[in-house]
Amino acid sequence: MPQHDEHKRRRARNIALAVVLFALVVLFYSITIVRMGGAH
Amino acid sequence: MSDASFIGQVNEAGNAGLDAAYGQGLTGSREARPADYFALLKPRVMSLVVFTGLVGMVLAPGSLHPVLAITALLCIAIGAGASGAINMWYDADIDAVMSRTQSRPIPQGRITKDEALGFGCVLSVGSVLVMGLGVNWVAAAILALTIGFYVFIYTMWLKRRTPQNIVIGGAAGAFPPMIGWAAVTGDLSLLPLLLFAIIFMWTPPHFWALALYRSDDYARAGVPMLPVVAGERETRRQILLYSLLLVPITLSPWALGLAGPLYGGATAVLGAIFLGIAFRIWRATDYKSAKYMFGYSILYLFLLFALLLAERGLGWGA
Repeated sequence: MPQHDEHKRRRARNIALAVVLFALVVLFYSITIVRMGGAH
Repeated sequence: MSDASFIGQVNEAGNAGLDAAYGQGLTGSREARPADYFALLKPRVMSLVVFTGLVGMVLAPGSLHPVLAITALLCIAIGAGASGAINMWYDADIDAVMSRTQSRPIPQGRITKDEALGFGCVLSVGSVLVMGLGVNWVAAAILALTIGFYVFIYTMWLKRRTPQNIVIGGAAGAFPPMIGWAAVTGDLSLLPLLLFAIIFMWTPPHFWALALYRSDDYARAGVPMLPVVAGERETRRQILLYSLLLVPITLSPWALGLAGPLYGGATAVLGAIFLGIAFRIWRATDYKSAKYMFGYSILYLFLLFALLLAERGLGWGA
């Protein structure tokens, strides 16, 4: 596999991982706020 | 010849093909794209699972904060997907020889078996923990049961051993409405059990219709699906029998006053069509009606649950 293509795939994986981690931060923050507020 | 000895022969014949295929695409891992990891989660299966889970959640009495409802649905989706990833790890040898599954990431060598196993385990544990800590532990326990049932009971125990694999294993796909319900109420009652029964009884005619026209594929892989072990004639008979059992169960929520007349009427019509196709499969010798049944059965299940959802939205439900 050409080096360039491999680079692109790795970059796409890193971006996807960053998006997932950020989404988890938002999710856990939201869950915490809702549970602490007793609004469930 | 007994079923057991026949299954033994099927498995032996399949193993020769598996050994040849195994290792050809499974050892090297090229750089995987995010889409390959997503494919490990079996997104098409996941979409039906999420939808039935959503219906269980909407039908449940009471309410759930939108953030927690989204969390519960996400956990159902990720948990179901994770069990799919572990299934692909365990069945990599089978997937490599079946035309339907050859393009999956592991047989293609884009993801290694170990990566798929790690991915599936982390997501399984993560989805159950988030469901338990964020929503409630009853829903988390049923989610854990669903994942465990699919991985240990269906994938590892039944799939390669008995033609009843998808009958018993079908329970794994039937749990999501119960999880959705439990996410709201923290317990279970009759309606989620009926929804479970509908999906459970729907699974055999759905998968046997597929197995009828894919039986060569299953035989090559050594999977003792009903057409491979008991023959086409018996499979066609079993599809009709299970369809005859399924239709009354789909009507039971209406008969017991748990669904309204829209659901009752439309389900009777949709069920009559289902029975009509099953009857045609029973009488036919070709695969045309079996292929039609596979597609219709997906639409059928989707419509039954959509009707329950619509009734609740319109305030017509019982």
